[in-house]
Amino acid sequence: MLGAPSRRGLLKSGGAVFASAALPKWASAAGARDPRLVVIILRGALDGLSAVGPLGDPSYADLHRELALTAAGPHAALPLDGFFGLNPAMKNFARLYAQKQALIVHAAATNYRERSHFDGQDVLESGMPGPGHTESGWLNRALAELPARDRARGEALAVGYTPPLVLRGPAPVLGWAPADLPAPDDDLIARLEKLYDRRDAELAAALRAGIEAERMVSLDGKSPMKPGGDATEQMRKAAAGAARLMAADDGPRIAALAFDGWDTHVAEGGATGRLASLLGGLDEALATFETGLGAVWSETVVVAVTEFGRTARVNGDSGCDHGTGAAAFLAGGAVAGGRVVADWPGLRPEDLYENRDLRPTTDLRAVLKGVLADHVGLSSARLAQAVFPDTQAVQPIKGLVVG
Amino acid sequence: MMLTSATRSINWPDKGDPAPDGTLISNKCPAYAAICSAPGQSRRAILASTDLREMAASMINARWSTAYSRFGLGSRASQPPPTGDPREAIRAELDRPGAGQISVGLPSSEQALTTFYAYSAEQGQARARADALRGASEAMPSPTAAALMIPVAEAKPSAPMKAVNPIADAFNAESLARLEAAVAAPVGYVERLVAFWSNHFCVSAAKGQNLRILAGPFEREAIRPFVLGKFADMLDAVERHPAMLHFLDNAQSVGPDSAAGRASHRGLNENLAREILELHTLGVDGGYSQADVTEFARALTGWTVVGAEGHLGPPGAFVFNANAHEGGTRSLLGRSYDDDGFAQARAILTDLARSPATGRHIATKFARAFVADKPPAALVDRLTEVFVKTDGDLGALSRALVDDEAAWSEPATKLRDPWEMLVAAIRALGVDARQSQRGLHFLSLLGMPLWTPAGPNGFPVTADAWASPEGMKARLQIATALGRLAKDAPPPPDLIARALPDASEETREAVLHAESRPQAYALLLMSPEFQRR
Repeated sequence: MLGAPSRRGLLKSGGAVFASAALPKWASAAGARDPRLVVIILRGALDGLSAVGPLGDPSYADLHRELALTAAGPHAALPLDGFFGLNPAMKNFARLYAQKQALIVHAAATNYRERSHFDGQDVLESGMPGPGHTESGWLNRALAELPARDRARGEALAVGYTPPLVLRGPAPVLGWAPADLPAPDDDLIARLEKLYDRRDAELAAALRAGIEAERMVSLDGKSPMKPGGDATEQMRKAAAGAARLMAADDGPRIAALAFDGWDTHVAEGGATGRLASLLGGLDEALATFETGLGAVWSETVVVAVTEFGRTARVNGDSGCDHGTGAAAFLAGGAVAGGRVVADWPGLRPEDLYENRDLRPTTDLRAVLKGVLADHVGLSSARLAQAVFPDTQAVQPIKGLVVG
Repeated sequence: MMLTSATRSINWPDKGDPAPDGTLISNKCPAYAAICSAPGQSRRAILASTDLREMAASMINARWSTAYSRFGLGSRASQPPPTGDPREAIRAELDRPGAGQISVGLPSSEQALTTFYAYSAEQGQARARADALRGASEAMPSPTAAALMIPVAEAKPSAPMKAVNPIADAFNAESLARLEAAVAAPVGYVERLVAFWSNHFCVSAAKGQNLRILAGPFEREAIRPFVLGKFADMLDAVERHPAMLHFLDNAQSVGPDSAAGRASHRGLNENLAREILELHTLGVDGGYSQADVTEFARALTGWTVVGAEGHLGPPGAFVFNANAHEGGTRSLLGRSYDDDGFAQARAILTDLARSPATGRHIATKFARAFVADKPPAALVDRLTEVFVKTDGDLGALSRALVDDEAAWSEPATKLRDPWEMLVAAIRALGVDARQSQRGLHFLSLLGMPLWTPAGPNGFPVTADAWASPEGMKARLQIATALGRLAKDAPPPPDLIARALPDASEETREAVLHAESRPQAYALLLMSPEFQRR
């Protein structure tokens, strides 16, 4: 069972521990509230059209074919607002949505319009206008804007072996990772097996035999190689540890996590299968935050975002390739939920971006700025200068958080 | 950032004879002659056409890849892309003053053993105290136990009760020094030589706490100073080193007819004598008999280590204890060795170092470790000749391997061993080498715990031993972990250009199409081009 994050597992990272002393003391715009913010990066590009299906769009079923969600049937989508339906793997999110504690932003993307994971993640996490900036992330710079408080365990928590870029930077950050070694996921194994099949038969045979033996002894999902269990279990574990730290009075108020595996080029599945299982893991993680944060869940916003979406059409391997517009999830007691925020672009060929991707109609940075403005209390001016530089034109979206 | 892919087999139009498949480079290649300016090669080729220039670039890449994988420990993220002739870079590394030495202030084996003696005594006293207390508490259970609890409860919580284990601390410091030397090396050939010889003359830290604290000093004192020196000198330093004398039990071997033997009824231990003949010098087929082993063991009696009391000299030092030495003339491998104490076994070692059987044994193992599990016979012959002709000059042997074209042209069929993989990964990704605890843990998971082989024959030097299903699974696990640790690594396109300049299209595609940086780094580390050498 899950143990409390051990003291040994906690480590200070980031150099300038006293940097905050030099920062202006902002009268906390968040007022008497004590907000919590969790940012989850979904690495690999989430297929928003199979996570949150536009069931009411006449082009959807034909375009997204076997990956499309359906309103009826054994794996029917969970109802949202009559137009959109939620992947059935996300039962907790659907419950929170019904309780008006969760919302979805659809057809959203950063300003990045190429299709490289590395660059796309850099733009999403750095908050800079283009790729190539990996010194600091927007969440760390937002942190630096906050008034310095005396928190024994630090103001922000980076979950993982190394802090995600979004939380790297000058402001000191607390690091925590589940004690287990990170385990290779099935996607990485499949990619490596493919490479070995093409280049090195001997290594291919050895690796396959090793993985096969591993699977035979790990039917319960726990094994020496995957001490943290499967992907779902690892997401849940990371969320549980983070929630436990954040629930404490002197614990961090901000956290960043990264979940891998969303690059579903092959056999993506729709309402069931690989993507659904990952969404189930994310759903478990959100529920774990809800439980673990307890009373402070009411002051919490969890944001789950991805670097870009996937193609609207299905490829030859029953998956989707790199695309543009995607869906983002917001959950938490402080979310003004129960709705899908979208300026729906449509799915006819002429509606699609470059005749292939869901056209982005909402700037994801406007969503993030909106949360930072209304939930954390940062001013529009600082957001446009320090946190997301050169984004004066991108106005924060109002009303995402309970006022 | 995409580079043109290296062509692995190239037809040379002006010569008309195709290079054999898998051959990266050939002396006949005009571009090679121009690039490498090898003496005696044709310099008429001018890199005029784009084709030739591209060919030359891809050949330089292939050549550097071989330098870094077959001879070295991988390219470093912090290094500028290499230029010039990689063979010269390796030679320059061999020519550096103090090559192979570590110049940090670590304790000598004498100091290390003194620490061990003190710690053992302390532990013994603590055990005695605990035994006494247990005896008392068994006699009067509850009140005494309660009384004992009080001081513990009243102990200041601010004073951390950190158990000080000087042996573990020393082992960690030695491990870190070794890792840092390997990570900092320009190409890494000299550190590969250190690892080769350290494994050839291995001791195991698992044998006891004394071996654990001596493993590092052993390598620094008996291996490093001689990796480019004389084999005979290394052999002499190794066999009289306290680590080896304890590891192969010679420290307690006593001549049955010596004064000590008659007094204590202790006797001969053949372990060291046998392993010197079988593993260190002649080889298992080197033509020695059981009688030779026993004779050698008798000659080695008295080679021991001064104990904590310091009766025979400074505690922890090597000493020849004449009192335990079996007197008499020894007859070994058809030669007779006079009864002159310490000099007797030394004379035997000198002859063993010079034996042609030793030359062939070493040359074969050397070529097998660096070039191929089944190295070309001609290469082994040439290396043997160098060893014998130079009277076991290991610098000459190491240079001969680099100079030999066969060592460069043999296809990369071997696998980096776990140590090489770990060091190459740290170098490529720029991961902080100071996280030594983690590095040590990784090595254990990969089946190669530092200085802790399963037996005196050391870790395997052949690829088949490492390319096992469980080995590959462990490698993937470690590559995954390292990929996530690599927060300061260059972006994957830059990294693959730097670390694997002649990577195949398939590997390039796998790395560049990875879903995240950590995944890209893991795939790069697991690629055949990174794993093979």
